[in-house]
Amino acid sequence: MSGGVDSAVAAARAVEAGHDVVGVHLALSRMPGTLRTGSRGCCTIEDSMDAQRAANVLGIPYYVWDFSERFKADVVDDFIAEYSAGRTPNPCMRCNERIKFAALLEKALALGFDAVATGHYAKVVTGESGALELHRANAEAKDQSYVLGVLTAEQLAHAYFPLGDTASKQLVREEAARRGLSVAQKPDSYDICFIPDGDTKGWLADKVGTEQGDIVARSGAVVGSHDGAHAYTVGQRRGLRLGTPAADGKPRFVLEVRPKENTVVVGPKAALAVGLIAGSRFSWAGLDPVASGIVGSVGESFDCDVQIRAHADPVPARATVETDASGDPELVIVPDSPLDGVAPGQTAVVYVGSRVLGQCTIDRTVSAVPVDA
Amino acid sequence: MVYLDHAATTPMRPEAIEAMTAALAVVGNPSSIHSAGQQAKRLLEESRERVAATLGVDGIEVVFTGNGTEAVNLAIKGLWWQRRTASAEDAAAGAARRRIVVPAGEHHATLDTVDWLVEHEGADVVEIPLDAVGRLRLDVLERELDDASTIALVTMLWANNEVGTIQPVEEVARLTARAGVPLHVDAIAAYGQVPIDVRSLRRSTEAPRGAGLVALSVSAHKIGGPAGIGALVLDRSAAVEPLIHGGGQQRKVRSGTQDVAAAAAFAAAAESVAARLDDDAERMAALRDRVIDGVLEAVPSARLSGDAGPGASVRLPGNVHFSFPGCEGDSLLFLLDAAGVAVSTGSACQAGVPEPSHVLMAMGRTEADARGALRITLGHTSTGADVDAFLAALPAAHAQAARAGLATRATSFDR
Repeated sequence: MSGGVDSAVAAARAVEAGHDVVGVHLALSRMPGTLRTGSRGCCTIEDSMDAQRAANVLGIPYYVWDFSERFKADVVDDFIAEYSAGRTPNPCMRCNERIKFAALLEKALALGFDAVATGHYAKVVTGESGALELHRANAEAKDQSYVLGVLTAEQLAHAYFPLGDTASKQLVREEAARRGLSVAQKPDSYDICFIPDGDTKGWLADKVGTEQGDIVARSGAVVGSHDGAHAYTVGQRRGLRLGTPAADGKPRFVLEVRPKENTVVVGPKAALAVGLIAGSRFSWAGLDPVASGIVGSVGESFDCDVQIRAHADPVPARATVETDASGDPELVIVPDSPLDGVAPGQTAVVYVGSRVLGQCTIDRTVSAVPVDA
Repeated sequence: MVYLDHAATTPMRPEAIEAMTAALAVVGNPSSIHSAGQQAKRLLEESRERVAATLGVDGIEVVFTGNGTEAVNLAIKGLWWQRRTASAEDAAAGAARRRIVVPAGEHHATLDTVDWLVEHEGADVVEIPLDAVGRLRLDVLERELDDASTIALVTMLWANNEVGTIQPVEEVARLTARAGVPLHVDAIAAYGQVPIDVRSLRRSTEAPRGAGLVALSVSAHKIGGPAGIGALVLDRSAAVEPLIHGGGQQRKVRSGTQDVAAAAAFAAAAESVAARLDDDAERMAALRDRVIDGVLEAVPSARLSGDAGPGASVRLPGNVHFSFPGCEGDSLLFLLDAAGVAVSTGSACQAGVPEPSHVLMAMGRTEADARGALRITLGHTSTGADVDAFLAALPAAHAQAARAGLATRATSFDR
């Protein structure tokens, strides 16, 4: 229970469904922020108090479990390392993969629990074959199946998402009010929870330092300078402060971040288009494509939709498990029409209809347009 | 429920509840001049004297506060400001007193107050290390007191609230008396479990005016009184700068309308404790030793923190504190709670966020050791049946918590 309205209502529904429910708030920092000192978003002392109050209203026990060390190692340090490597990670996804449905789940199972219930908007359903499948939530605007795409069959077997069938967040808020939960109108948290003031760029600069480097065009021509490549993400347009105007006078976008050279590559919007994405770190959310009957054998291509950000639209694509240069399997996804703003480190989640089939962390992309575009 | 967390708070004694409810029914502000006010004032001052008697001081030397933490704040900040500026006899001497001497492993009421003075008032902290049992190192303290002219005050616990280690209060009182610096003792955990007599301590340590043991904090709810009232014992010869200003109540040291009913209940509880302190301490110590023996028998790997020597002469009679290697204290707490036994992982903390105990760390223990800490504390209502129930629930809880392991380890879901 984060202290937000979603986990509070999820807990209420789990209680109502007759389960023996215990509220657990994850301590993800040894030094939790407080509203008094300017923290916002989640994981403040006030959030923990809100969570406990909700548990009290529901009449369930409530505990705080400390996962701060693992959270720091697996989520925060990973976030810094990924940005330092010029990649764009999704820390919420990492938290689901390593904390909520790994460290927390394992501890819960060992202590005698059967499942971890969360306030995520997603559905676990039993498919035709009898195996569990992860699906998009009914509340389209709030669907969070993307950040759960990392879950495996074993994790899905112990995951419980009581909000999956609800048509909208508004309904959840109304239900919270009806149930007398004080968080019914609490604002959503959008920020990364461990960056208290929402200033990711400043926070990263603090952690990895700032070092001036070049902003270059794809031709290699220097067109500007920056105070640290880590502050840039692929697809970014604002804040480039370029001295030299583009030949065509049109805005330029970040196409690539090269941390080793401390260089940011920019170019026209058209050059953002990516025609192929691939990653060797992939997983299936339940049965793999062969076991699901989607393909006859590994290596066959199949139709799917690919989503590359939590709030991006899914786009039609063809996916194939291929063998990469070093002989390891690699998930290769070719969108029907090129995708904009794909950054290595992001996760591509593969859907078949509403079902999450699996995901890969993007290692490499292939541009859809020639260099001189 | 089996309640074994008496160090957090202990049930109110029947005589305290009776005194409180009787006083609640009577109108009167003790600061009012009319008869109703005078009646209230009389009950308040009688209560003050009765509390004072259990601590070996006069009523005038007891300042009621909102809780123990406020008493500690008033003592530390109040002595700091008094020694630094307000009524310091000599401005230059006051300016030189920048150091606050504090043992490691103190309660957060002290640590955070001292930190605040460091941050906002330019205080320097002199931390006195602890030995493996949790006692402050007297030799280090003695060395620091050589430079007494730079010391604003010394503050220390009478007994540690987590591991129950009783500090060498008399020795420190003597050293500070000799050095001419004021000593505040946080006796919140010790009050009601060990005899406390401020006046005879001042006499035996030959304390001069304003030096040696001059201030001592206690809290009512730790001895079976109500929460919401504490007291700072302040020797007649000592002065503090007030923290709360207003109507000038309590000799202007602590303004604010006084809670007569809470004071009456505090007095009833204090008298009840003092009347049978020795018997109760002996009874609790016997139960405590049964808990210790029983835990060691059930879980041979468990490690007793604090005084583990024969007779446990410097351990509070109501305190048991173990580390269970390979377990999270919060897992054990959860499982025991589910089995109907209430214990603690240490001192209750902010927003329930557990931290490895700074007390154990100060005693030279490892962080892994500190993570598996469990505090079992006995009180006036504890019985042999409570001990039996705890010992019956422990083996299964421990086995399961050990399976759950440490939250820092790799899991089977990692890839």
